[in-house]
Amino acid sequence: MNTRGLRSQLKDSVPVTGLAPQAGAYGVPDTMRRGFSSVKNELLPSHPLELSEKNFQLNQDKMNFSTLRNIQGLHAPLKLQMEYRAARQIQRLPFLQSSNLAIDTLRGTDDMIGFEDILNDPGQSEMMGEPHMMVEYKMGLL
Amino acid sequence: MALSCIFETPVSGFNFDNSARNAGLENVLGDGKVKTPRPLKTGTTIAGVVYKDGVVLGADTRATSSEVVADKMCAKIHYIAPNIYCCGAGTAADTEKTTDLLSSNLTIFSMNSGRNPRLSMAVNILQDMLFRYRGQIGAHLILGGVDCTGNHLYTVGPYGDMDKVPYLAMGSGDLAAMGILEDRFKPNMEIEDAKTLVRDAIHAGIMSDLGSGNNIDICVITRDGVDYIRPYQESEFQEKRQRKYKYRPGTTPVLTEKVIHLEVELVEETVQKMETA
Repeated sequence: MNTRGLRSQLKDSVPVTGLAPQAGAYGVPDTMRRGFSSVKNELLPSHPLELSEKNFQLNQDKMNFSTLRNIQGLHAPLKLQMEYRAARQIQRLPFLQSSNLAIDTLRGTDDMIGFEDILNDPGQSEMMGEPHMMVEYKMGLL
Repeated sequence: MALSCIFETPVSGFNFDNSARNAGLENVLGDGKVKTPRPLKTGTTIAGVVYKDGVVLGADTRATSSEVVADKMCAKIHYIAPNIYCCGAGTAADTEKTTDLLSSNLTIFSMNSGRNPRLSMAVNILQDMLFRYRGQIGAHLILGGVDCTGNHLYTVGPYGDMDKVPYLAMGSGDLAAMGILEDRFKPNMEIEDAKTLVRDAIHAGIMSDLGSGNNIDICVITRDGVDYIRPYQESEFQEKRQRKYKYRPGTTPVLTEKVIHLEVELVEETVQKMETA
């Protein structure tokens, strides 16, 4: 069974509890693509906010859904999550910018500005990924 | 040039790649002797007072970077909404960016709903934003404004703690300013008394604190509008810079003068006609 492919389908929905290990194929650290790895760097974040910022959106959603479940019953978060899942599939290819308009409208962030909109705009990043490799990684073939 | 080590588009927002590098650099280079440069802090005195018809906010204008004055005419009273202004103490960049974001969010809201924003909404947005970053954003803010529910003065700390008070001082000079405010504050003052009280409070902060100084800015917010007086009072120690450093002719005395004529003889002459039509 191709566990690598399965992991790629789950990649977006499972919140990471620590920094991602530098695993490549066969679970061994992929030195060629990701550089030298050290266990200390991966276990402990170098900045106190690194982990909480990485998981911020996921944690907010979890909190909101559980509150909604407690107030209105199971049907409310189920229906909302169905809409989220549908909206998350409206994306362009991995190396292209998608506007995420449907997701923003569902979350209510289409009329709010935060640091995510100002800093580190992916459309203006200095480094470009190779399109073929990015698509293969997303499909789990790499 | 496409890099083959990038598998996903970078996530927008804060990027923490450099903090590992900085920690490594500090370990390697120094054991504490070499430190990363500190951000520009505004050692500050800011104060606010609620009076009969509105709110008066005051601030000094000095921005310091450790022991050096970095900006003598720094604007510490930021615009948030037509009826809300905010004084900021702490790290200068953090207060600027946070108040800019808050102002943008409130503008979007008022365009969506067609109403003037309320102070409690501004304070809530700030609290959420600052608590999310657990105090790493060093912004100590005093928000003052007039909305449909009345005149309000709030303070928001860097961790997101909030307080609603009738008079307030913050910054490194806040103890001196608070002394003046505690002594002479009365509810429902007149506008001139309120302006004098805030000016005296900031002046006490300037006199007693090294991080505050130069001029005093005052901002008066009422239901009818805002009066942003910058500067309300200039410091007495204004230096008189010349700006022009040309010397007038005759400054240097001429001791001797010797004129030598150069004999020029004409060797060749050519004439070229130009079209001047």
